[in-house]
Amino acid sequence: MSEQSTQIRDAIAEAIKDNDVILFMKGTPDGPACGFSARAVAALQAVGAPFAAVDILPDPRLRQELSAISNWPTIPQLFVGGELLGGSDIITEMYESGELAEAVGVEQPEGDAPGQAPPVPEPAQPTGPAPLGIENRLG
Amino acid sequence: MPSPDELRQRIEAAIPDASAEVQGADGVHFSAVVVSPAFSGKSRIEQHRMVMDLFAGELGGDIHALSLKTTTPSPQEPR
Repeated sequence: MSEQSTQIRDAIAEAIKDNDVILFMKGTPDGPACGFSARAVAALQAVGAPFAAVDILPDPRLRQELSAISNWPTIPQLFVGGELLGGSDIITEMYESGELAEAVGVEQPEGDAPGQAPPVPEPAQPTGPAPLGIENRLG
Repeated sequence: MPSPDELRQRIEAAIPDASAEVQGADGVHFSAVVVSPAFSGKSRIEQHRMVMDLFAGELGGDIHALSLKTTTPSPQEPR
């Protein structure tokens, strides 16, 4: 394994460790590039879960190293508490059964959510120095 | 090109007491519902892996996608 692959793998592992809820996806939450990723984002947003997101498209090695870590072939992949919770099917199924909110650690609002504030729009594309371009949605 | 029925047979042969319903008219995108008591006590990701692992060599190749739903038989075991 090349040194670069190792670096990418370490960066992914660190991102998974540092972010309690992190979604590896195609595209960004505001601009998902695949229907499955879009569904995953929609489910997380519907339960009001704060999550970090990583777009794996910019570098094919991201996907390669991610799948090597997770032993899971497809994208999206949702990690919670450092563990792979699932891909699109599992996220959707858990959302539909109401289990997703609990799994990602948000209280399911009973009846009415007190004035759900609309999500704050992201300031333009962050092209920061972070090696993975993590979009931090924890704020 | 694998057929849905071939996938069904392979799932049912590999997973104890499994019954599977597989769809995939185009021969490359499949969806399967698999019921087996062997899933009991396993997380969803572990359940899906049990099925996905059967097709590890083909996913992304002959099988473009396999959408999965896994369950245990209706909960009737006595407590």
